[in-house]
Amino acid sequence: MIQAIDILVLALLACTAVSVVRMRSLWAAVMLTGIYSFLGAGWMLVLDAPDVAFTEASVGAGIATILMLSTLALTSTEMKRPAASPVFPLLIVGVTGAALCYGTLDMPHFGDPNSPIHQHVAPEYLKDAVPTVHQKELKVGIGNIVTTVLASYRGYDTLGETVVIFTAGLGVLLLLQGPRKAGGSDGREEGAP
Amino acid sequence: MIVHSILRIVAKLLIPYILLFALYVQFHGDYGPGGGFQAGVIFAAGFVLYALIFGLGAARRSAPPAVVESLIAVGVLIFAGTGVVCMLGGGNFLDYSALDHHDPQHGQHLGILIVELGVGITVAAVMISVFFAFAGRGRIR
Repeated sequence: MIQAIDILVLALLACTAVSVVRMRSLWAAVMLTGIYSFLGAGWMLVLDAPDVAFTEASVGAGIATILMLSTLALTSTEMKRPAASPVFPLLIVGVTGAALCYGTLDMPHFGDPNSPIHQHVAPEYLKDAVPTVHQKELKVGIGNIVTTVLASYRGYDTLGETVVIFTAGLGVLLLLQGPRKAGGSDGREEGAP
Repeated sequence: MIVHSILRIVAKLLIPYILLFALYVQFHGDYGPGGGFQAGVIFAAGFVLYALIFGLGAARRSAPPAVVESLIAVGVLIFAGTGVVCMLGGGNFLDYSALDHHDPQHGQHLGILIVELGVGITVAAVMISVFFAFAGRGRIR
């Protein structure tokens, strides 16, 4: 049953991706990328990764689509026909994809409990994070292991990610807002330039 | 400007629940799926919906750009500041157990909650500011 859902969702993902590439109307392409993100979120949920699904649904399907649409409101909504032939890029993408598929052959089977990633630090995290009778012995003791790993064990990474978002936001604001007018007023209420 | 009554009323009904859901995701992230990143984006989505329906001016009045832009930095400062407080408490940077010496587990809870709040504030503020910046620009061509 789960396998049927997997195949269905992946097939829909592939169909959406192909339609996005073939679409000339950028409005439709942006809406299809939103659908792609939702399908991705659904698939993550099938894979028992609700945190990732949540992020994909809110960021990928929600905010990213909105930002793409607001970009389209500023620029053209119709894609120009590319001048160069698409054969060479297609070849490169095909070869890269084939190499990546070949690379997965060596990887452990999906969900294999004996794979290295489940043997290294994960058992300790699980032992520390899942509440048991001996609550006091736990190092963290929070129900959601994802949050525990994100905020506590990998706190430096998350701080780095937050700084990345901070920097990205700063960059976008600097690029889009332009110089502020001196003397109190921030110069953005006067309407478009 | 055309007044879309249905859209306005539905948005008015929905926006409080979107913001409430964002707060739930934010503060329940310890136990359920979610956390600062998702909560920040959902919170920002509430403001984006408000701006789409009621206009950019109204959204800017309810979330003044100067305040939102300073919140971008406040979130990062909350996160990094928690690390510094941990150091002052005798632990390593971001070692939340140092926040509560009698009950390290409680310290971890507290640290994770505060840090996630910092993440949520930064993400929400960045998303709102970026949307304002995009929407506030005139058409180029």
